[in-house]
Amino acid sequence: MSGNINVLLKIWHQKNANTKGGFVDYKVNVSPDSSFLEMLDEINNDLERKGEDPIVFESDCREGICGTCGLVINGEPHGPLRKIATCQLHMRNFKDGETIWVEPFRAKAFPVIKDLMVDRTALDKILQAGGYVSVNTGGVPDANAIPISKDLSSEAFDAAACIGCGACVASCKNASAMLFVSAKVSQLALLPQGHPERSKRVQAMVMVMDELGFGSCTNTYACEAECPKGISITNIARLNREFFNAKFKSSVLEY
Amino acid sequence: MSWLYNSLNSSIGKKIIMAVTGVCLVLFLIIHLIGNLTLYGGFNAFNGYVRTLELVKPVIRVVEVVLGLIFIFHIFNGVRLWIENKNARPENYTVKGIRKNTTLFSRTMIQTGSIVFIFLVLHLSTFWVAFNFSGEPEHKPYQYYSIIMDWFKNPFYAGFYVIAVILLGFHLNHGFQSAFQTFGWNHKKYFPFIQKLGTVYALIMAIGFASIPIYFYFNGGN
Ligand code: HEM
Ligand code: SF4
Repeated sequence: MSGNINVLLKIWHQKNANTKGGFVDYKVNVSPDSSFLEMLDEINNDLERKGEDPIVFESDCREGICGTCGLVINGEPHGPLRKIATCQLHMRNFKDGETIWVEPFRAKAFPVIKDLMVDRTALDKILQAGGYVSVNTGGVPDANAIPISKDLSSEAFDAAACIGCGACVASCKNASAMLFVSAKVSQLALLPQGHPERSKRVQAMVMVMDELGFGSCTNTYACEAECPKGISITNIARLNREFFNAKFKSSVLEY
Repeated sequence: MSWLYNSLNSSIGKKIIMAVTGVCLVLFLIIHLIGNLTLYGGFNAFNGYVRTLELVKPVIRVVEVVLGLIFIFHIFNGVRLWIENKNARPENYTVKGIRKNTTLFSRTMIQTGSIVFIFLVLHLSTFWVAFNFSGEPEHKPYQYYSIIMDWFKNPFYAGFYVIAVILLGFHLNHGFQSAFQTFGWNHKKYFPFIQKLGTVYALIMAIGFASIPIYFYFNGGN
């Protein structure tokens, strides 16, 4: 078709976490208006017509909210553009004749399920350790009973924009989950509702994060650059402060 | 005290150790450079400086032990973090996007640190040993200055010295601001300044230390 571009896709195939994977080449002629995932859908339609196994990748909302899709495209999680998820990436951002490498998120804590799909349960486990506030049942609190300044609520909201996609882990040379954990700790630490449990929360979440095999942060800031929601590394600084205060100032001992 | 052990063994705890020891070394380098600059004052200035240090020998010995411990903690934890962080990604990417979203300085801390370590061993085995174990200073008044002059006449020694301190500058350019971030001192208003200050500091250290072997090699110190 006229206006279309030709690209060579090198797509990672892997049966499961215990087998070795490798790249398979696909030559495609695709409209620049097609999204990256639509292009993969088309390839899969072709494969299914031929009776072959489709390429396994994850996606759900396809509007950058759910955090499900996540491909490492030419070495960058969610592709070359900043502050978008893979589903928001369009083929017009690639050149005619370009070779595009597609790999899964790679981290010990994210084992490959199949092809480009990885198991990100580890992030849920960190949340289960303390990424919540405990609310005792009772009457509905009055609106504005707790005054919170706009600045503070905006900052908490910015942290809460994290969609849990795991691109920070995928981009980090140490596969560290610090940006994710810092966003989840910050959104609660910034608000009064999060204060009663703050010392336990940060210690429990960091402990589980360490146990699950994520690396440590070395402040390279790759995560911030690749995060589809632009979560700031100032959150990691806050996480470090919260952790320090919880360990050295609070009397919480069980972690 | 198991809480303390656990805290310092956590991922963030190990980073705190890196940052505390790193900052101590950052401060030590400033004092070390100021001392070294007396070499530009010639025989008397430098020998006078070393003799002042000799007068407070017990204090120097304590400082040396503390510095040694700081280095051991910094290196031990640095290597440990490096190994653990490598293990966190058993299979690496084929296309390495890391070059697009990080600085060279931040990616090479273990390499620059390791070369600084090799340099440190050589540095101590030449200057420190010679200064401390080669007879009574009274008998050889100009000995300190001449030891340095002699070594820096050797192009390999002077060359490696220069390369090592430039790489130390790389290490510091990332390390300086990294320590602030580790302490949680990342403030929107001040952090850009901290990052620039770190670069200025790294440049002063690299140029300051490197200038001395260059000066002695080409000028012979006369
Ligand atoms: C005078 C010498 C040195 C100075 C002033 C220095 C300073 C620093 C500073 C300030 C940091 C940043 C700490 C942080 O990220 O919070 C750092 C990190 C680091 N240093 Fe050094 N260092 C020196 C020597 C060494 C040596 C000999 C090694 C040997 C392997 C080394 C290995 C490392 C590593 C691997 C890191 C990164 C740790 C991480 O980010 O997790 N350093 N250094
Ligand atoms: S911090 Fe950003 S990259 Fe990490 S999980 Fe949240 S949205 Fe994804």
